[in-house]
Amino acid sequence: MDPEGEVMALSKMPLSVDHIPSDKRHIYDAEPVLSGRDLRIQWGHVVGLDGVNIDLYKGEVLAVIGDNGAGKSTLIKCLTGAYQPTSGEIYLDGQPVDFKRPQDAREAGIETVYQQLAVIPALDIASNLYLAREERRPGPMGSVLRMLDKKGMAKRAGESVKGLGIQTIQNMNLAVENLSGGQRQAVAVARAAAFGSKVVVLDEPTAALGVKESGMVLNMIKQLRDNGLGVILISHNMPHVWEAADRIHIQRLGGSAGVITPQSHDMGEGVAIMTGAKKLVQDAPA
Amino acid sequence: MSTSSTDAATQFSGRSQSPVQRIQELLHKYPWVSPLVILLLSFVVFTILNPRFATAGSMGLLIQQTAIVAALAIGQTLIILTAGIDLSVGAITILSMMVMATLAMDGGMPGPLALVIGVGLATLAGMLNGLLVTRVNLPPFIVTLGTLSVFTAIALLYSGGSSIQQSHLPDFINILGKGFSIGGFRLTYGVLLVIVMYAVVGFVLSQTAWGRYVYAVGDDPESARLSGVPSKRVLLQVYTVAGFIYGIAAWALIGRSGAATPNAMPQANLDSITAVVIGGTSLFGGRGRLIGTLIGALIVQSFAFGLSLAGVNQQWRFFATGVLVIVAVSVDQWIRKVK
Amino acid sequence: MQIVRSSVAARRIVAAAGAVLLTASLAACGDDAGSGASGTSGGGDSSEEVGVALITKDSTNPFFVAMQQGAKADAAKNNVKLTVASGKQEGDDQGQIEAIEQAIARGDKGILITPMSDGVNAAIKNARDAGLYVIALDTPPDPADTVDITFATDNRLAGQLIGKWAAAQLKGEKATIALLDLFNDKIVSVDYNRDQGFLEGMGIDVADGKKNGDEAATGKYSGGDYEIICNEPSNGAEDGGRTAMEKCLAKNSDINVVYTINEPAAVGANAALQAEGKKALIVSIDGGCAGVASVKDGVIGATAQQYPLKMATLGMEAIAKIARGGEKPATSDGLDFFNTGVALVTDTPADGVESITADEGAKICWGN
Repeated sequence: MDPEGEVMALSKMPLSVDHIPSDKRHIYDAEPVLSGRDLRIQWGHVVGLDGVNIDLYKGEVLAVIGDNGAGKSTLIKCLTGAYQPTSGEIYLDGQPVDFKRPQDAREAGIETVYQQLAVIPALDIASNLYLAREERRPGPMGSVLRMLDKKGMAKRAGESVKGLGIQTIQNMNLAVENLSGGQRQAVAVARAAAFGSKVVVLDEPTAALGVKESGMVLNMIKQLRDNGLGVILISHNMPHVWEAADRIHIQRLGGSAGVITPQSHDMGEGVAIMTGAKKLVQDAPA
Repeated sequence: MSTSSTDAATQFSGRSQSPVQRIQELLHKYPWVSPLVILLLSFVVFTILNPRFATAGSMGLLIQQTAIVAALAIGQTLIILTAGIDLSVGAITILSMMVMATLAMDGGMPGPLALVIGVGLATLAGMLNGLLVTRVNLPPFIVTLGTLSVFTAIALLYSGGSSIQQSHLPDFINILGKGFSIGGFRLTYGVLLVIVMYAVVGFVLSQTAWGRYVYAVGDDPESARLSGVPSKRVLLQVYTVAGFIYGIAAWALIGRSGAATPNAMPQANLDSITAVVIGGTSLFGGRGRLIGTLIGALIVQSFAFGLSLAGVNQQWRFFATGVLVIVAVSVDQWIRKVK
Repeated sequence: MQIVRSSVAARRIVAAAGAVLLTASLAACGDDAGSGASGTSGGGDSSEEVGVALITKDSTNPFFVAMQQGAKADAAKNNVKLTVASGKQEGDDQGQIEAIEQAIARGDKGILITPMSDGVNAAIKNARDAGLYVIALDTPPDPADTVDITFATDNRLAGQLIGKWAAAQLKGEKATIALLDLFNDKIVSVDYNRDQGFLEGMGIDVADGKKNGDEAATGKYSGGDYEIICNEPSNGAEDGGRTAMEKCLAKNSDINVVYTINEPAAVGANAALQAEGKKALIVSIDGGCAGVASVKDGVIGATAQQYPLKMATLGMEAIAKIARGGEKPATSDGLDFFNTGVALVTDTPADGVESITADEGAKICWGN
């Protein structure tokens, strides 16, 4: 905020594209889709966030890493409406926004895939995809009798799932309890991506998965990005982060320790910065 | 994405299975099939034991005898689908019945108005259960155990323990006991109303979003909440709707018994729960179809009727019903083990 | 977070309310004990209040409701402090045992009880050992000397009356009989006494006189041949009576005699018969005003009328008298209980069976 108390127009954070593959650099010419500026949150004497800046662009995977208690989930909760920051601003597509509860963020196009997935095992895939957002049949069957358009939803669910490059799930009427962990993850991600979202946040998506399924999920995440969404990936799994992320935001002790890329630093260096063993020297703006 | 990766799900469903496994899977998808098979089998057995079982007259009686418990079991099904249980079903029904009858007695209040008040009271009673479950966060078993006593006491205090005969009640209150015959098969308006209730609630459960929320809340309430399902609101609505259904059942009970009495249906709780369980609905919530409950209620009544016709000793009838429940629950457990 | 906090708060409020209620009810109990203790007997002073407990089987059966109401109405006249209690339902021995214990704790002078079964005998003995005078009402306990005396109605005799009446009405026709009992999962003395009494009145061999359903299915009654079609439980209520009758009719639609355990069951049986367009002789026992009206309406052929109010008031007076130093009551001749009487109520009298008309019965009936 400037001295007159007006909200300042968003100015992009300095960003060096030196370590970004050339075919991706154009993404960073646009406005960030989601930004946080000087985010602070405090509960009594406990400081959760200590003035954090963050930019997320459409078409990138931004990983957020950090040790326990560093403020990763606090940061994400502020961005998705689960917490209200004590001070600081959040911008969506350059416009300031104020999320009072998660529903607000969801309606604005920010979807979260929780660690426990939040899918209902007894219901089928299409039902899960459309849970709490069901579509009714056209005409009086839908408006008066409130009948669901089951065929239509199954068809569109199939399209969503295909759109993420997932081949192993063909039958939308299969109950979710019959799916493997990775396939369930796919359903949860497809749900997040399906509703005109701008941003998808994934919280530890590969934590409970084996090697093969993790690979499938990471591919799905990259597909999300290629489809034009902004993706935030929270993970403890460094190899997965280095494989899928375009940029990596490092959270440490409530503040940001900087942003690196898989190309600019290797895993060891990333972990060192995360634990404070090493300090990041941020490149000067190009 | 590698296009040569096999469609795991298709492979999964095409795998070779033993016939037993195929049956298990079929039952998993359609849990009401096994009760239906038991019902048909029992019809065959009882007809062999006494051919009078299969007459139109007997069938009509069987359906009339099942109707009230079947109606109560609709409400119980909704509640059990949300992983709850309702022990106050009988108490709410009696309370509604006594209020309705006392108000309409001897020209006191017009029948329709007494009905509205009686059913309205039952709906409020259900809502009270729902509020205690959703706002005070008490387990449904405990809540309904408590309200069972409260509602019973209120019904006794209000009615003074006495019953009200049909002759003191207006036609509108008695009407559900009347009906018509189709070639020896007797159908009462009460039975027709219960069938309509099954159709309506069944439609809502399978064809509307609200129906899905009921299953979601029962199967995994936390996931439902995180997904944006208004869980607490749905739960409250389930208990309230159940109360309304019990009120309608009370109206039908007056027609069938020929009187409004606090002594009616002492086994209502157990009978309604038995019908739901035998019908393939899981006590853990989230799974089961309403049609299964209807089949379950018919099975229990068929056993009572059929064993009586066959001249089987009293004690053996109990034995049979008990075995039936155990078998039904065991089959349900086995079904859930589908890999 | 919000939800957890409010539920914790709510639970605290509920717990606090519960504690307040508990304390209030304990205080109320304390008051009762106080006033009871002050009324210790000494002389025959009728101005001293006497504590009496009336313990029925349940509080929903109109028979017991009438008993309770009659006793309450009469209590003031005799300066009796009456406490009314019951089991929750037929078969709830435990409920009666607790009520007996509370009567002892309260310092009551006597107990009037309709014993559920011999399961309460031990508790009754404790009460007598503690100095309370115990009178059984309606049903003598087994054995009869468990209590000090029984003011009863003879359920066996009541059954025999209606049995004799039915046999006379048949005039030699074959009796195709349906027996609508109370339970099939519990054994209760009123159940077998009335059922077996009816069969005895009809002149049928009852085999074991304490067991329903062990009679020969066919044979001879006093007027000719009989066939027993069914023993079905009715739970003593209209819906149970209807279902029971339907099952019997499904076995044999030519039933012409229906014994019912009480009048509500008879009403249900009649509804079932009417629905099938059938007629039969329906007999019952109780004699409540609703039941007598059913006799007048022709729904019930004959009912044996009992006098629950009389039992309760006579019993209460007896205890009050004893507590104030008076005489103990004696049993009626030839019986091991004090007979409060039974009368056959019917508008179609039969030879050899004394009866009163429905109008006469309506004057002395109980309940409403």
